[in-house]
Order: sequence, then C-alpha cells, then structure tokens
Amino acid sequence: MPNISEERSKPWRVELRQSMKVKERMAIPRVVMPSLDPVYRAQNNEEVNLGLTPELAVLEAKRCIDCPEPTCMTGCPVNIYIPQFIKQIEIGEFAEAAKTLKMTSALPAVCGRVCPQEKQCEAKCIHVRTGKDPVAIGHLERFAADYERESGNISVPEVAAPNGIKIAVVGSGPAGLSFAGDMVKFGYDVTVFEALHEIGGVLKYGIPEFRLPNDVIDVEINNLRDMGVKFMTNCIVGRTISMEDLKAEGYQGVFVGSGAGLPRFMNIKGENLVGIMSSNEYLTRVNLMDAANPESDTPVFKGKKVAVIGGGNTAMDSVRTALRLGAERAMIVYRRSEEEMPARIEEVHHAKEEGIIFMTLRNPIEFLGNEQGRVTHMIVQEMELGEPDASGRRSPVEKPGCTETIEVDEVIISVGVSPNPLIPRSVEGLQLTKWGTIVVDEETMQTDIPMIFAGGDIVRGGATVILAMGDGRKAAASMHEWLQGKSGVS
Amino acid sequence: MNKIISKEYFSDKVVRLEVEAPLIAKARKAGHFVIVRVGEKGERIPLTIADADVEKGTITLVVQMTGVSSTKLGKLEVGDSITDLVGPLGKATHIENFGTVVCACGGVGTAPMLPIVRALKKAGNKVITVLAARTKELIILEEQMRSLSDELIVMTDDGSYGNKGLVTNGVEKVLNREKVDLCVTIGPAIMMKFVSLLTKKYNIPTVASLNTIMVDGTGMCGACRVTVGGKVKFVCVDGPEFDAHQVDFDEMLMRLGGYKDFEREEMEKLSKLDKEG
Ligand SMILES: Cc1cc2nc3c(=O)[nH]c(=O)nc-3n(C[C@H](O)[C@H](O)[C@H](O)COP(=O)(O)OP(=O)(O)OC[C@H]3O[C@@H](n4cnc5c(N)ncnc54)[C@H](O)[C@@H]3O)c2cc1C
Ligand SMILES: Cc1cc2nc3c(=O)[nH]c(=O)nc-3n(C[C@H](O)[C@H](O)[C@H](O)COP(=O)(O)OP(=O)(O)OC[C@H]3O[C@@H](n4cnc5c(N)ncnc54)[C@H](O)[C@@H]3O)c2cc1C
Ligand code: SF4
Ligand code: SF4
Ligand code: FES
Repeated sequence: MPNISEERSKPWRVELRQSMKVKERMAIPRVVMPSLDPVYRAQNNEEVNLGLTPELAVLEAKRCIDCPEPTCMTGCPVNIYIPQFIKQIEIGEFAEAAKTLKMTSALPAVCGRVCPQEKQCEAKCIHVRTGKDPVAIGHLERFAADYERESGNISVPEVAAPNGIKIAVVGSGPAGLSFAGDMVKFGYDVTVFEALHEIGGVLKYGIPEFRLPNDVIDVEINNLRDMGVKFMTNCIVGRTISMEDLKAEGYQGVFVGSGAGLPRFMNIKGENLVGIMSSNEYLTRVNLMDAANPESDTPVFKGKKVAVIGGGNTAMDSVRTALRLGAERAMIVYRRSEEEMPARIEEVHHAKEEGIIFMTLRNPIEFLGNEQGRVTHMIVQEMELGEPDASGRRSPVEKPGCTETIEVDEVIISVGVSPNPLIPRSVEGLQLTKWGTIVVDEETMQTDIPMIFAGGDIVRGGATVILAMGDGRKAAASMHEWLQGKSGVS
Repeated sequence: MNKIISKEYFSDKVVRLEVEAPLIAKARKAGHFVIVRVGEKGERIPLTIADADVEKGTITLVVQMTGVSSTKLGKLEVGDSITDLVGPLGKATHIENFGTVVCACGGVGTAPMLPIVRALKKAGNKVITVLAARTKELIILEEQMRSLSDELIVMTDDGSYGNKGLVTNGVEKVLNREKVDLCVTIGPAIMMKFVSLLTKKYNIPTVASLNTIMVDGTGMCGACRVTVGGKVKFVCVDGPEFDAHQVDFDEMLMRLGGYKDFEREEMEKLSKLDKEG
C-alpha cells in the first residue's frame, strides 16, 4: 500500500504541482458530464451519462490541488488514494490511475457511477470549503476505470500462492464480491454462492442498465473469475445447502453478504390490487428477467399513468424505467420535500430533465380499483413539514382535510427494504437486531459465531454500494487475521 | 447440471421428469418446491418437488403443460438440461397421522398434490383423494393417485367420466359419510375457494396450497403476496400451505388474473413457433 506523503513527495508529483498555480487550478470550472439528450434517452435503455473524454478528464484533474492532507479521502469509505489517481490522470497515465483505484476498490467503474459522491468524497474536497464546486472525483474515477476496461488490457491483481483453505461467500452483491476479491488475493480458495441465476446482487437485478450497464459489472466479475474465485448460482445457503453442510465440506470461514432484499409495503387499503407492486418486483422483471424485451417470456405491466411511491434511488430507478416503458405520466410521490429525498442529486436532476413529475409532500392513503381488481386511482394526503425529528430531518405531518384523488394504472411501492431473512432464520445462534440485521463487531465484521462474518445491507439495512464494499474488504482483512491466528497460515 | 435423466408421459399434457439435482434431493421435504427457468429468455416458474432420490441425486417434477413456460419445460428430452433450477423453497408440509384426510385436487393442482398424498399415506393416514376436471380428457394422474390413496373419487363437471359434478360434490359426499379430520386442497383458486367454504360449514380443518404468481421464490419481490387472516403473507416463504379458512381467495383470484392478457399473447407466440416447426 502506498504511503500517501511519500508518494506525494515523488519528483513527478512535485513537478506537476509546480507546473500550475493553485489559484489557476481553482479557477477552472468543474466539468459537466456529457449526457444523452433527455428526450432521446427517455425512449431507450442506453446509459445516460456518456463519460468524460480524455481532454475533459485531464482538465478536471488539473482542478485538484494535490492537498498535503487530502480531506477527500476521509469521505471515502474505502480510502481510495484520490489525489494519486487524479494526478496520474493529469499526466495522461490513465492505466496507472486505474491500478491505483484497484488497490482499494474492487469495483471502481461501478462506484464512479453510483456512489453518492456529493455526500462522501466530494463533500470533503477542499474546494467546497472555499465555496467552489468540488473536484469531480466520481467522474474521474469512472473515466479511469472505463479507460482500462475499454483498452482491453485489464490488469489482473496479483494473487498469493493458494493456501488451500476453503472460504464461502453468501450472496454476490458488492459486499460479497469485494470480500471474495480480497480473500482470493490472500490465497484462499473462495466460492461465492448466489440464490439467483445471475451474479451481481442489486447491481444486476436492481440498478437499471441506463445507469449501470451490465457489461461493466460482468467485466469486474470475470476479473474475479480470472483471479480464481468460483461462483455457484442457483444455490441458496440455508435452503439448498446449510451452514452445517458448508462446515462439513471443510469451509473454514463464511462471509454473509445477503443484502436487504425484503420489500416493505405500506399496509394501506387496496395495496394488493392488480398493477401495484414493489420496486423489487418491477425492477427484477425488467432488469433480471429482461421483461421489456418481446423475446422474453416474463411479462411486465407497461402502465401509462405510473406513480412511484418513495424518494430514494430505487424510486428514481423505477420511475425512470416506467418512462422508458412508455408511461405518459410518470410520477414520484414522496411524503417529505425534495430537500429530504435520499436519492443521489444526479438521479433527481436526470429524472426532472426527462420529464418525471414530482409530487412531494404527498402520502398515499388508499388505492381504488375497477371490477377486475386493477388499480385505477390513488388517494393522497397532503403533508407539511413539522419539527425536525431525531435524524434532524423535518418530519412530515398531515394537513387535515387535504386529500387528492389521482388517476393511475400502475403503482410501484418503493418505501424501503428489510434484511433478507433467509440466513438469519436458518442459522441458530446468530445475534440479530430488532430490525433483523445481523449483529457484528464493527471493527472486524465478525458475528457471534466466530467462523461467520457479515457485511453490507444485511448488517446495515439498506445502505450503499461503497459501504457494502468497504464492509467486504474489512471483513476479508479481519477474517484473514483470524484464520492466521487460528491455524498459523501466512 | 440439472440434466434430465428420465421422462415419462402421463398424458399429452402431463410429463414426469427426473432431473439431476443432488443438493436439492438431499435438502428437500414433502411440500417444498423449486423454481425453474428454461432458456436464456425463460421465465422463472414454481414447481412442486414430487419425489427425490438422494442416492441417485435426482428430483422428480410432474409438469402440466398449461402455458409457454411449462410447455417449454415439458418438451425437454432426456439428456437436455434445465437452464436454472433452484430450491428447495417454501415451508415443508406439516405431515402427521391426522386420521382420515380428504385430498381435493383438480387442474393445475393435481401434480403438486401427488407428493402430499404419498407423505400422508406414509404417516399412516387414511387418504381419500377427490380428483376433479371439467371433462374426461382433462383427468390426469388417475393411476398414480389411485395406487397411492385408500380411495379415489373421480369427478367430472359434465359427467363424461367418474361421477358427474364438481369437486365439492365429491368432498361433501365423503363428509356426509364419515368422520374426516383434515382436508387438503390444491387447484385453481376458484376451486379451493369453494372447497374451503364447504369444509368451513362442516368445521373440518383445511389446508390449501396456494399457487400464486411468483418471480424469485425467495421473498424478495412480493409478487406472490396474499392476505391470510387479515395479514399480508408471501406464499413463497410463508407458504405455500395456509389455513384455507383464513385465506382471502377473492383477492387471490383477482391477482392471478393480472397477467391473463400476457399469457394469451405468449401462447399465440408458442403455437406459431409450433407451426413453424
Ligand atoms: C434500485 C436500487 C438502486 C440503488 N442505487 C444505488 C446507488 O445509486 N448508489 C448506491 O451506493 N447504492 C444504491 N443502492 C443500494 C445498493 O445497491 C445496496 O446498498 C448494495 O447493493 C448492498 O450490497 P450487498 O452486497 O450488501 O447486497 P445485495 O446487492 O443486495 O446482494 C445480496 C445478494 O445475496 C443474494 N442472497 C441473499 N440471500 C442469499 C442466500 N441465502 N444464499 C445465497 N445468496 C443469497 C441475493 O440474491 C443478492 O444477489 C440501490 C439499491 C437499489 C435496490
Ligand atoms: C408453489 C407452487 C407449486 C406448483 N407446483 C406445480 C407442479 O408441481 N406441477 C405443475 O404442473 N404446476 C405447478 N404449479 C403451477 C405452475 O407454476 C404454473 O402452471 C406455471 O407457472 C404456468 O406457467 P406457464 O408459463 O406455463 O403458463 P402461463 O402462460 O403463465 O399460464 C397458462 C394458464 O395457466 C394458468 N396458471 C398460470 N400459473 C398458474 C398458477 N400458479 N396457478 C394456477 N393457474 C395458473 C393461467 O391462468 C393460464 O390460464 C405450481 C405453482 C406454485 C405456486
Ligand atoms: S469510491 Fe465512491 S466515495 Fe470513494 S472516491 Fe470513489 S466515488 Fe468517492
Ligand atoms: S481534497 Fe479535493 S483538491 Fe484536495 S486532494 Fe482531494 S480532490 Fe484534490
Ligand atoms: S415470489 Fe417473490 S416474494 Fe414470493
């Protein structure tokens, strides 16, 4: 691992810093990510953001002043060597920049696209403190990772000599994949078990193609395969194979990254009408089962007046998908105001550009249907913001007597997910919180059962890709240490 | 993986497939189901595990070809592989010696009833099976059911075979004749609804195995949700078997109708494919 100040003192970095005044660097305006025309893109599944050109990337890289104490890094859950990779971009060493990313991140092309940068690394960039736009770290990260992938020269990280110790991973989402990547680098014999028929977790079945193309994920997965990770799809740990079976087969450590795949509903009248479904069902049909493709056997409703309930990334993905499937009115219905929306700012911005209708401070209280049981209307309660709650967000309260009836033919419920109960239910002795998440030691990610570690959404509830990855990495490091202590492996 | 080892036609629309699946064979219990997918563009559909052979590492599926996906599966031959097969899913059937059990099945419910009848019999129950269909040609698995049950009553709506009448007429005849401790019903939702109404009148505990629309089968999507005793349940993880007297069958019927138009379109596609050969 590089020593930050040592790297920063290398002649090329010093020279580069001196080649341009800080003031000049700070004066360059932040790059604007080129994107597809909103009218065009709302009719297809093409990736919305086009990526930076090398010229734009180099220019944006110049904005980074290569801080002696890069505060940006404190905002990144996996501690990407941010100034280092940015300066490598500035001198045109794009492949080297990608290598720097890979030292700490298993999925840079993914994080560059989906991280809520405005709340993480970019929020901590020095530019923000001087009232300027932060360096576009996410865009640059995506640029370097894409450059490497498109060049076809993907560097396969070095793998230690096999030590023959079998390790099982439950779930192939970002937590499981990053754990697997690190463990295989340490020399373990790693097998990932996945319940679905595809590898990738939410990256495949949840986040749509127009935001995160499947090719991008597949390259990363193949990379792991090349490093020696084995994948077993259609295998549910706790059903197809039990923890006891895994132990009996000689697995010495298990990492649970089973995600938060249980959809929440609102429990209001009419919620089981035909045409009302969870965002998990909707996105799974479209993304995993390719239901919008006429060749596919799986059907999906293509509503004309679609309401999506919620204000998170999942809600934005659902509503923009509905638009792409031909909705004439695609609406977001959210009970707080836009300011409180948990979705990434970029998603809200893109949704608006595409013509999504935002109905904020509205909460559905009942769904109405026709004789066939199909949803036709939705009654919403108007809300206003009250006092801030424990989380500091102003909580919505009902405006008495103010309701509205809205015509809909499809409703997608996107009000959150709970931990997937399959594993917790099937492993005796695993300590759980009242929300059903698995309790781990925060430092080591180890559970009460020493051989079982866990991370990602199954520990945090619905969180983010990068936090899940960070957990996977942390768990790999501590499981490695634990196994070394136990058996003297090195 | 998941290679078909043997295949037998019970009728032109019903086949028995023995499939390689060693882990599932070992883990499964009566009442469990699997989700299968045929082809890269295939749909995920649920099927009950009819039987398993741990030593051979195989499970048996009995498939009734009703639509595109079940037909694609039924047309696979020995040596072909099922693209994806995952399980065992759902809760196992609660099997004990209840005494006398009436198993009422028809249509799509006949195949999944088979392993339940077998398990009940093995536990020492007296099993009376009522097998129903609209007309003679649609009666399936008659021989298998007869050999497993203490008594088999065949009902056809039009009287073209067995006794004339609905499944409920057959069940009621038994209820009037002798003491029954439990009724199990699987079939079209409308059939289960009427069986349930009947047994409620007679105060006979009744279990219905619900065949809702499913996608993942692991509790992730909520497509399979039903209301049981006023609470929303996911059939794939909380079921598929529930206390029939608590199930909101009207809601279930409504939800099952949801994809009717798509199914029709898909069948047209398939029959076109058939013609093209
Ligand atoms: C639509 C949507 C959009 C999102 N957008 C963003 C975004 O823009 N930015 C961001 O940072 N985050 C986003 N998130 C959140 C992010 O995707 C999750 O926080 C992250 O994927 C969690 O990773 P994970 O590895 O813990 O679990 P998951 O990605 O949920 O993967 C878990 C995997 O485990 C499998 N599994 C479960 N149980 C078992 C079992 N018993 N045996 C075998 N396999 C099992 C599941 O099938 C699944 O594939 C979004 C989420 C959704 C749903
Ligand atoms: C837990 C469970 C276990 C099952 N076990 C078996 C089994 O062992 N053997 C078997 O042959 N089938 C079984 N089924 C039913 C089977 O899943 C459906 O027949 C199949 O999904 C139909 O798909 P398709 O594309 O071929 O037909 P579709 O094109 O989807 O439908 C064709 C026709 O069948 C009806 N239909 C479709 N799905 C169902 C359903 N789930 N219940 C009732 N009617 C339906 C439709 O309304 C339509 O009229 C089971 C279902 C569940 C939920
Ligand atoms: S991984 Fe995410 S948080 Fe970390 S530097 Fe990259 S974009 Fe920022
Ligand atoms: S804080 Fe901003 S300017 Fe400083 S090193 Fe990080 S990205 Fe560059
Ligand atoms: S089939 Fe998806 S939750 Fe039951």
